[in-house]
Amino acid sequence: MRTRGAVVLVLACAVATLSCWREKRQFRGAPAADARWAPVRIPPLQPGQPLPDNIKVGPYEGNAWAISEGQRLYNWYNCSGCHFNGGGGIGPPLMDDVWIYGSEPENIHATIVEGRPNGMPSFGGHIPDEQIWQIVAYVRSLSALESPDAVPPRNDHLERNAQPQPKP
Amino acid sequence: MSAWQSALDAAGPQAERIARLWWVFLAVCAAVYALVIGFLFAALARRRGDPAPRPADAEATASPTSDRGLTRAVATATAATALILFILLVASVGTGKALSEHGDPNALYIELTGHQWWWQATYQDPSPSQQFETANEIHIPVGRPVIFILTSSDVIHSFWVPNLSGKIDLIPTHRNTIWIRADKPGVYRGQCAEFCGLQHANMALRVVAESPTQFEAWRRAQVEPAPAPDTPDKQHGQQVFTSLPCAMCHTIRGTGAGGRTAPDLTHLATRSTIAAGILPNTRGHLAGWILDAQGVKPGAAMPPNVLPPDDLQSLLDYLGSLQ
Amino acid sequence: MSAERPHITDEDALRETAALREVWAEPTGIVGFFSNVSHTAIGLRYVVTALVFFLLGGIEALLMRIQLARPENRFLGPDQYNQIFTVHGSTMMFLFAVPVMEGMAVYLIPLMVGTRNVAFPRLNAFGYYMFLCGGLMVYAFFFINAGPDAGWFAYTPLSGPQYSPGKRVDVWAQMITFTEVSALAVATELIVTILKMRAPGMSLNRMPLYVWSMLVQSFMVIFAMPAVIVCTTLLILDRLVGTHFFNPAEGGDPLLWQHLFWFFGHPEVYLIFIPALGFVSTIVGTFSRRRVFGYMPLVLSLVATAFLGFGLWVHHMFATGIPQLGESYFTAASMMIAIPSGVQIFCWLGTLWTGRLRFKTPLLFVLGFVAIFVIGGLSGVMLASVPIDLQVHDTFFVVAHFHYVLIGGAVFPLFGAFFFWFPKATGRMMDDRLGRVTFWLLFVGFNLTFFPMHQLGLRGMPRRVYTYPAEMGWGPLNLLATVGAFVMAVAVVLFLVNAAMSLRAGVVAGRDPWAGETLEWSIPSPTPEYGFLFLPTVSGRSAMWDARPDQPVVTGLRNDRREILVTNTVEATPHHREVLPGPTIWPFASAVTLCALLVASIFSPRAVPWLVLPVGISLLGWFWPRGKPPVPAPEEHRVRARPPRLSADTP
Repeated sequence: MRTRGAVVLVLACAVATLSCWREKRQFRGAPAADARWAPVRIPPLQPGQPLPDNIKVGPYEGNAWAISEGQRLYNWYNCSGCHFNGGGGIGPPLMDDVWIYGSEPENIHATIVEGRPNGMPSFGGHIPDEQIWQIVAYVRSLSALESPDAVPPRNDHLERNAQPQPKP
Repeated sequence: MSAWQSALDAAGPQAERIARLWWVFLAVCAAVYALVIGFLFAALARRRGDPAPRPADAEATASPTSDRGLTRAVATATAATALILFILLVASVGTGKALSEHGDPNALYIELTGHQWWWQATYQDPSPSQQFETANEIHIPVGRPVIFILTSSDVIHSFWVPNLSGKIDLIPTHRNTIWIRADKPGVYRGQCAEFCGLQHANMALRVVAESPTQFEAWRRAQVEPAPAPDTPDKQHGQQVFTSLPCAMCHTIRGTGAGGRTAPDLTHLATRSTIAAGILPNTRGHLAGWILDAQGVKPGAAMPPNVLPPDDLQSLLDYLGSLQ
Repeated sequence: MSAERPHITDEDALRETAALREVWAEPTGIVGFFSNVSHTAIGLRYVVTALVFFLLGGIEALLMRIQLARPENRFLGPDQYNQIFTVHGSTMMFLFAVPVMEGMAVYLIPLMVGTRNVAFPRLNAFGYYMFLCGGLMVYAFFFINAGPDAGWFAYTPLSGPQYSPGKRVDVWAQMITFTEVSALAVATELIVTILKMRAPGMSLNRMPLYVWSMLVQSFMVIFAMPAVIVCTTLLILDRLVGTHFFNPAEGGDPLLWQHLFWFFGHPEVYLIFIPALGFVSTIVGTFSRRRVFGYMPLVLSLVATAFLGFGLWVHHMFATGIPQLGESYFTAASMMIAIPSGVQIFCWLGTLWTGRLRFKTPLLFVLGFVAIFVIGGLSGVMLASVPIDLQVHDTFFVVAHFHYVLIGGAVFPLFGAFFFWFPKATGRMMDDRLGRVTFWLLFVGFNLTFFPMHQLGLRGMPRRVYTYPAEMGWGPLNLLATVGAFVMAVAVVLFLVNAAMSLRAGVVAGRDPWAGETLEWSIPSPTPEYGFLFLPTVSGRSAMWDARPDQPVVTGLRNDRREILVTNTVEATPHHREVLPGPTIWPFASAVTLCALLVASIFSPRAVPWLVLPVGISLLGWFWPRGKPPVPAPEEHRVRARPPRLSADTP
C-alpha cells in the first residue's frame, strides 16, 4: 500500500516536470542577433561529403504562443503589405509550397535578416532576433509546415472597413 | 496616498454621486445586518438545549399561538425588506439618471483606444490640424466635462479612474461613451479593470486635471511635432531611434519614425510615468525599460533590446529632450 | 382487500434481509468497482472526488494569496498566476461546488423519499465518470503548463483563437462539456426520483424541504446548463474550425459570449446555493427540535428564487455600455431576489426563536451561514445598484461578495451537512469538540481573508491582477487576507483529520443519533445495500416525528430482482412496480470512450467521426434489451401496506 502510494507520488512529480512544448511562453528569448558563424545553405547540393548543419533549428517550431506572436508581428511590421495574408501580391505568396530561398527555418530567417532582390527589405538589426524567429514560425505555419494543433484556424483581425455596431 | 485610486475620494461629480449613494447603501445595509444578527443572538440566548438530550426526545414543540405570532413577525419583516429594497432601488435609478446627464455643450472629446497593455488617447477637435495623439497620460481641464469615446483594438478592456467616475468597457468595434469632469486639480490614477491578458495588472493610466490655462498650454505643446535635436549627442540618439527596432513600432512626429502599434512618443519627456503608468519617467527607469522590458512586464509587446552603452546614453539624451 | 393488516414476523424480516442483501449486493474487484450502480456508492464517490478538487482549488488559492501578500512579489509570474486563478475558479465552480451538491443529493434523496436507488442508476454512474474524467483532464493539462488561463468565465475575444494561442482554452471549454453532461444526468434522475418514486403517503405537500430544494435545483440545471454548453461549443468551433461567432470583424459579437455565459452563470450560483438552503432547513429543524416554521413560504421562496435567478444575468454586464433602461430592470430584479432569501432567513430565525436548541457542530455551521451569508446578500444588493457597481465591478469588492455568498451560503451549510450525515454514511459520529474548533477557525479565518477585500475594492484594487505597485498602499490588507487564508487551510485540514479519525475510532452512531426528522434516520448506519428493508409509508411532513407506532410499510415487492415502487406525482399513491438495472460496466465504458472523443476533438475535428464508433459500441452494450421479466404470481406478490414488526429495532 505504501509502495503503491510512493510510486504514484513519483509518477505525479515526473509528469509535473514535463511541460507541453506547445504551450510554453518564452518572454525573454535568446540574446539578440549574434553573428552567423556558419553558412545557411539554400540548395541541398554540396561538393563532397555534406558538412553537418550547425545552425540551430528554429527555436519556436511547434510553439503555439510564438506562432501567435509571429502572426501579430507579421501584421505590425507590415509583412502583410506585400505578402498580404499569405496569398502574395507585390511579394510572392507564402501559403504555397514554392520557396525560392528554401523553407527551412534558418532559410526563412536568413531571408528576413538579409533581404532579397526585387524588393524584400533587410530587417536584420531592425527587428529583434527572437521576433524574427517568431515570424519564421508563423510564415512556416502559413504553408502548413507547422503542427496543426499549434496554429490558430483564424484570426480576429479587424478589417479596415469594419463598421462600429450601431447603438440601439 | 491613501486616497490614491479610491472610489470614496471623489474629485468630480460622477464619483461624488456614486460615493454618496454608497454611504446611503452602507448605512441601510449595516442597520439591516445589525437587526438580523441581533435577532439571531436573541434567539440563541432565549432557550438553551437540555444538558443531556435523549435521542428519542423529538417532540414537535410548536404551538399554534407561537406560530401565529411568528407568521406576523415574518410577514412584517418581509414587507419591511421589500420597502427598503424599493427605496434603495429608487435611489439607485435616480443616481444613475443623474450620472448620464452633463448638459454642457462645450465638452472636450477624447477618443480612447485600448491596446494590450496600454492606452491610446486621440484628442478630437473640429479642426483636424489640432488633433493629436498621446498615450497613457491624459490631461483634462478642471471644471469642463470630458467625453471619452472608447473602443479597443484587440480584447475587452475597461477604463476606470475611481476618483473621477465608475468604469466602462472598451469593446472591439463598439464605441462606448462616458463623460467625466474633474472639479479639483490633481493627478488621478486609473487602471484597466477587465482581465485582458498577461499584463492586465500593469495597464494603468494617469489623468492630470489642471486649470484651463495650464491645459491649453499643454495642449498646444502636444500638437507641435517633436523638437529637433540640438546637440550632436541628441542627433545621434535620434539616429539610434530611427534605425533600431524603436521606429518599427513607435511614432515620433517630426521624424521618420511612424510606427502605429506602440505608444506615441512625440512628447515623452512631458509624461510622469512610462510603461503604462507603472514606472516613473526617469532616466534610469527608461534605460531599464528599453533594455529589458520583459523583466518589468513579462509578456508585454516591447522586446528586449541590445545596444552598446554609448548608443543607449545618446538615445536617453534624445528621449529626455522630447518636451 | 381484507381490512385486517397482519404484522410482519421476525422470520419474514430475516428472509427478506437475506434475499435483498443478495439481490442488491454490488460486485467487488476492479471490474466490480467500475460496475457499481448503487446510489450510496456513487454519491460518496461524488462527494469524495469533489472534496479532492476542493483541496486542489484551496491550494491554488493559497498560492495566489502568497503571491498577493506583498506588493510587486515575484513568487509567481503572470502566466502562472493567470493559469492558477483560472483553474481555481473553474475547479471551485465546476469541479467542487456543483458536484458536491449533486453527490450529497444522489446519496440522500432516495433515502429521504423512501426508495432504494435513483430512477436511472446507470445514468448516475455515467454522470459520475464523466465528472471524474473532466476533472482529471483539466488537471492533467494544468500540470504540463497547458492549463486554461483566460479566467473561469473566458471572455472573448481574449479567449478566442487569436489572443489565446495553444490549446489551453480548448481544454477549459471541453471540461465544461464533461461537467455539464454530468450535472444534467444527475438533475434528470433526481427529478424523476423525486416526482415518481416517493414513499406512499409522501404527497408533494409532505416532502422534506431538502427534497424540495433539490427538485427546484434540478429544474434549474436543465434550463441553465444548455446555455453554457452552447457558448463553449461555439467557442470551440471558433478556435478549432474557424467560425466567427465571436469575431467582431466578421459580424460576430464579443458580447454574445457574455450574454450566453452569464445566462448560465448567474443561475449557476443558485444551483450551488439552493441545495445548501435545503441543508439549513433540515439542520435548523432537527437542532431546534421543532418543525421548521413556514413550510409553505420556504417552498415558495425556493421556487421564486429559481425563477428570479434566470432574470438577473445582465448584472454581470453593467459596465459594457448597454442601455440604461435595460440596466434598471436588472437592478430591480437583482434586488427583488433578496426578498425570497429574506423570507427564508426570517422563517429560520423564527424556528430558532421558538425551538429548544442543541448546540452541536451542525447547528454552529448553520449559525455561521446566517452571519456570513447575510453580509454577502447585502453586498449583493449594493452590487445590484448600477452606479455602485460601476465603481466596484471587477474589483476585490466583488471577490469579497461572492466568497461571502458562496462560502457562507454553501460551504458552511455543506460542512454542517457533513457533520450531520457522516454518522448515517459511516456509522460513526464525528468528534464534536474538534468540530467546534474547526468551525471557529473557519469562521475567523474566512472573515480575516475576505472582509478586507471589500475595503480593497473600494480603494481601487481590480481583480485578476498578479501583482500591484507598492505605492498603492494595498499591502497590509492583502497580507491580512493571506494570513486568514492559511487559518482557513488549517480548519480544512482539521476537518479532514476529524473525518479520518472518526472513520476509524469514532463513537458508534446507531440508527438515529440526532433524533432526525426524515426517513434516512429509520434505517441502520451505515446504510445497507438495499436501503429500506420494507419501503416505508409516511403520515405527515416530518416522516419520523409524525410516524404512528404502527406505521405501515410496503410489502410484496419481489426480493429476487431489484424492484422499487413507482408512485403518483402529486399524492404519492402506489402506481406500479419498476425493475432497476443491476451492476454493469457499460456506463463506465461509455464515459471513458466519450472522454476519449471529447479530448481528441480538442486537437482535431477528425476525432469526432472516428471515435464515435467506440462510444456507439458502449452505448449499444448499455441499451441492449434484457428481455421481459416473467409475470409474477398474483397472490404471492401483491403490494400491500403492512405494519412493521413488533420488536423495537430493525436489523
